[in-house]
Formats: sequence, C-alpha cells, structure tokens
Amino acid sequence: MTPRSPLLIANGQGFWGDSILGPIRLVREGPLHYLTLDYLAEVTMSIMQKLKSRNPGAGYATDFIEMLARILPICKEKGIKIIASAGGVNSAACMHATGEVIKKLGLSGLKVATVTGDDVLSRLTELKQQGESFKNLDDGRPLAEVAGKITSANAYLGAFPVAEALNRGADIVICGRVTDPSLVLGPMIHEFGWQPEDFDQLAAGTVAGHIVECGAQCTGANYTNWHEIEDFAHIGYPIVEAHPGGEFFITKHHGTGGKVSVDTVTSQLVYEMGDPRRYLTPDVIADFTSIQLAPAGVDRVRVYGIKGAAPTKFLKVSVSYESGYKAVGQLTISGPEALAKARLCAEIIWKRLEFDGVTFAEANKCVEFLGAGVCHEGIVPAMDPPEIVLRVGVKDKDKTKVNRFGMEIVPLVTSGPPGVTGFAGGRPKATEIISYWPALVGKDKIEPHVELAEF
Amino acid sequence: MERIRLSEIAHARSGDKGDASNAGIVAYSREGYEWLQQHLTPERVQQHFHAICKGPVERYEVPNLLALNFILHDSLGGGGSESLKTDAQGKTHGLGLLQMELDVPEAIFGQARK
Repeated sequence: MTPRSPLLIANGQGFWGDSILGPIRLVREGPLHYLTLDYLAEVTMSIMQKLKSRNPGAGYATDFIEMLARILPICKEKGIKIIASAGGVNSAACMHATGEVIKKLGLSGLKVATVTGDDVLSRLTELKQQGESFKNLDDGRPLAEVAGKITSANAYLGAFPVAEALNRGADIVICGRVTDPSLVLGPMIHEFGWQPEDFDQLAAGTVAGHIVECGAQCTGANYTNWHEIEDFAHIGYPIVEAHPGGEFFITKHHGTGGKVSVDTVTSQLVYEMGDPRRYLTPDVIADFTSIQLAPAGVDRVRVYGIKGAAPTKFLKVSVSYESGYKAVGQLTISGPEALAKARLCAEIIWKRLEFDGVTFAEANKCVEFLGAGVCHEGIVPAMDPPEIVLRVGVKDKDKTKVNRFGMEIVPLVTSGPPGVTGFAGGRPKATEIISYWPALVGKDKIEPHVELAEF
Repeated sequence: MERIRLSEIAHARSGDKGDASNAGIVAYSREGYEWLQQHLTPERVQQHFHAICKGPVERYEVPNLLALNFILHDSLGGGGSESLKTDAQGKTHGLGLLQMELDVPEAIFGQARK
C-alpha cells in the first residue's frame, strides 16, 4: 500500500475541558485522516482512580463519549480515525461506553481498540521488589515518604502501541497514559512504516505532536501579538500535513479564524520547554535545536531538518499522592483606598483565626490583591485601582483547620471596613491537594497491551 | 543607547514544569537574538522576577528558533494542585519578562525591532 502523503492529522482537544467546537469543526470543515484528542493532565489520573474506586464503571474521560455522539457519524462517512487519551484508568469501561454510542447512533462495523499497560498502581510493590526505586526525579526523595497516600501511578507509553492498534484495523483508539505527542506520532508510524530506529522521523513526528498538543495555541491563541489575530471566536484548530521522510507542515482549515505563521508555531515550540537538546520520549530523544521553520503560504508553515537520537532505557512514571487540604476564598473591595482596605481585611482574617487558636505557617498562606499587580508582582508597580479582589488561601494537613479558615472570609462584609462585597460562592470548603511525584521505571518492566473489539 | 522594553524586539510564551515555570522568548531578528544572547543573562532575569522566582534561573539557547528558554525554579508556590497562587502555572510569566527595560544600541534596535 502506498502511504497517503500528505497524511492529515489534526488535534481537536488540548486538555480535558477544551472547547467541544474544536473537534466538531475539524471533522466538518475540511479533509482529515486522523483526529487526535488529548484529555489527560497529571492530576487527572488521580481524580479518575478516585471515581473508579467509588464506581467500577467510572474512571475515564466521559466528555469523550459526549463528543463521539456528535462527531462519529461524520467521521465514519469521511473515514476519519480517532485517537484519544480518554481511557484514563478504565479504558475497558471507556470502550464499552464507546460501543454503546456506536449502537445508539445506528452505526456498525467500527473497530475500537484500547492501549493499556500504563497503570502500575497495583504493581508498585512488585516493581519495587524487582529493584525499581521510584525515587523522586526532582529531589531524589524515596517513595516510602508518601507510602499509604498514593492515589495513582502511571507509566507514560510511547507511540508504537498506538500504531499497533491502527495496524490491527482500529477506527477508534482509546489510550490510557501515553505521552501527548504519541497520539500524533502513532498514525505516522502506522502509515509510513517507520521503525524504532528511524530516530529522525520519530523525532519529527514527536515535534509535530508537541506543536499541536495544546490545540489552538499554535494557531494564534495565546500569541503575544494578539492584535494580529483575526476571529478568535472561530479559531481553527491545528492540522499536521505529514510526509514519509519526516518533513511536515502545520496548517488549519480554510476559512477558520486564527493564524499559522512561523511566529505562532515558534511560540508553541518554546511552551513548557526544558532542555531543548533533550526532549525525552519513550521512542526517541528529539533535538529542538535542529528544527527549521519556513513560511509556506497563507496559514501554512514548513517544519523540517529535525534530528533525533536513541531513547533512554526508562519510561517516566507519574505518581500522585494525597498531601493535605486547601481552601481559597475571595472578596471584592471597592475604593476609595481599595488597596489599604484589602490589606486590612487580610490582616483581620489572620488575627481572628489566631484569636481562636488557628494559625498557619507563612509558606502555607496566600494573600493576593488582584487588580493591584499580582501576576507581575515586583515587575510592574503595585497600584491602587478603583476596586480590588482580595484572594486569600491556606493549605494544611488538618482539614478542620482549613475549614475553620473558610469561615472567616464572608463575615468581613459586615464586620470590616466599608465597601466589602462580592462574596458570591460563599464559604470556601477544604479540598484535597493531590501532589505529583515524577519517577522512572525500566522500560523492560512495562508491557503495553492492545485490545480490539468490533461494534 | 535607546531605552526599550523587551517586548519591542521579542515575543514570548510561558508554562509550567512542576514548581518551575519556563519562559521562552523569541527574538524578531537574528541581530536581536545575538544581542539578547549576550545581555539577557539568567542573573538579570532572576533580578527581574525577584518577587516571584524564589529559586535559581537556568537559561538554554535555541539559536535556530532565535529563542532563549528560561527555567524559573521555585516560582509557582508548589506548582500543580499544591499551589494557592492565581497563576499556578506561570502562564503570565512570559508577558512579565517582556516588560523588562533594556538599554539597546540604536543600530541594534533598528535591526531588531518588530
């Protein structure tokens, strides 16, 4: 079979909570071969484990199922395949729900695959016995420090299991924890027959995935020169035109809003960047200092020259654990002298709590005067604007203390300086803090698993 | 010399990496990049973010993209769900960096401005 060239891969979802219009418009408004949807952030897995522990049928991205109900008929008609990291910690349940949607829509003959093997929560003890330390990648602490508090543990899988699912004929691929660029690299491996040692091509596909993984952030959104961007409301989500040699183009559907230029694409290349020479994935080490960009027509940028090297022997593992509670509340304080009154309000809260025997370490308290210069504190001078939002928060191991704090915010409306309002939302309640523990695991310890079913 | 803001010769984007933020700045021209590579040191960036960044600042050069990537350690109040800050992910740090005032030779500024 001659590979399709260019191969058209679009990303319609940058995170769980992104606009549903991205994917809907991508499949409607132009040609496409693959649609990728990224649902998983670090904390998401922990939330999903909790949902699953309460209900064995939960623990995946339910938004994905609602999305499928809207896009599946047109995807089937146009032959667009879908790859989504929607499986969370329960890909089997996600597959079942996908099957139900297919039946409800009156469709048939669709193959659905799951990619799993990433969930190592139940294997932590076994893997530790095999010599895996899971020490914290940032500060070297041993995992024993958070024993008993761990809520999820997932290894990041690469793109080859995604490609395997496609090789076996999947129309919809539901993944657990795979690296974000794998959703885009997977179909390239499948279509172009790239091998594990084709490092330059794998690096190119990884860079393509990185550029589009945050959806509209490479098509003009979050771009410094926002005045240049037309029609944000109808912004086009990104499309990769991939070629077998590794060269690709970034573009968007004709007639959509936003802009694809060397500058908008470069902005996204530096987003969440670490060491540019060593962008580590399970499949390759991509060198971002090799990337070449050139304009290639209206809303179209050519990306080429990308170099890659052999990957490490490890996979990254994302462990999450419970580490106490937090609460944040806010009040609006009008002028005159909004800033001085807001400072006084914050002081009153801490003093009243202290009077009642409740204190917090300085590092566990937060006071912000929103409107007076918070985001760029120390960079732009603090101002005294016509009104200020006072935002106060605490964190602590003790839930009762955190809830006690929450009770001392709203009373300021009637027991503090004048002009205090905006207490909508009422008394803030303690919520759990889920902390993130990055670690490594030997690649040989993780066996990706692909399962297929036809509906 | 001309007193300018960094935003006149570069654009930026920022995000989070654990409890560090990254702020990538991208020069509009090769001349601007080369001048910034000489003068926009990690020390200078740390001083600029003194009220926000409590740890060291690392710098990586990405000459093919005309970009400098700064890692601002300990600047997100714990990062992720541990942070109590409004900008827990450093989304605004790029624009904060672009506010920096610089004294740039007029000849360089002429070639480096957008």
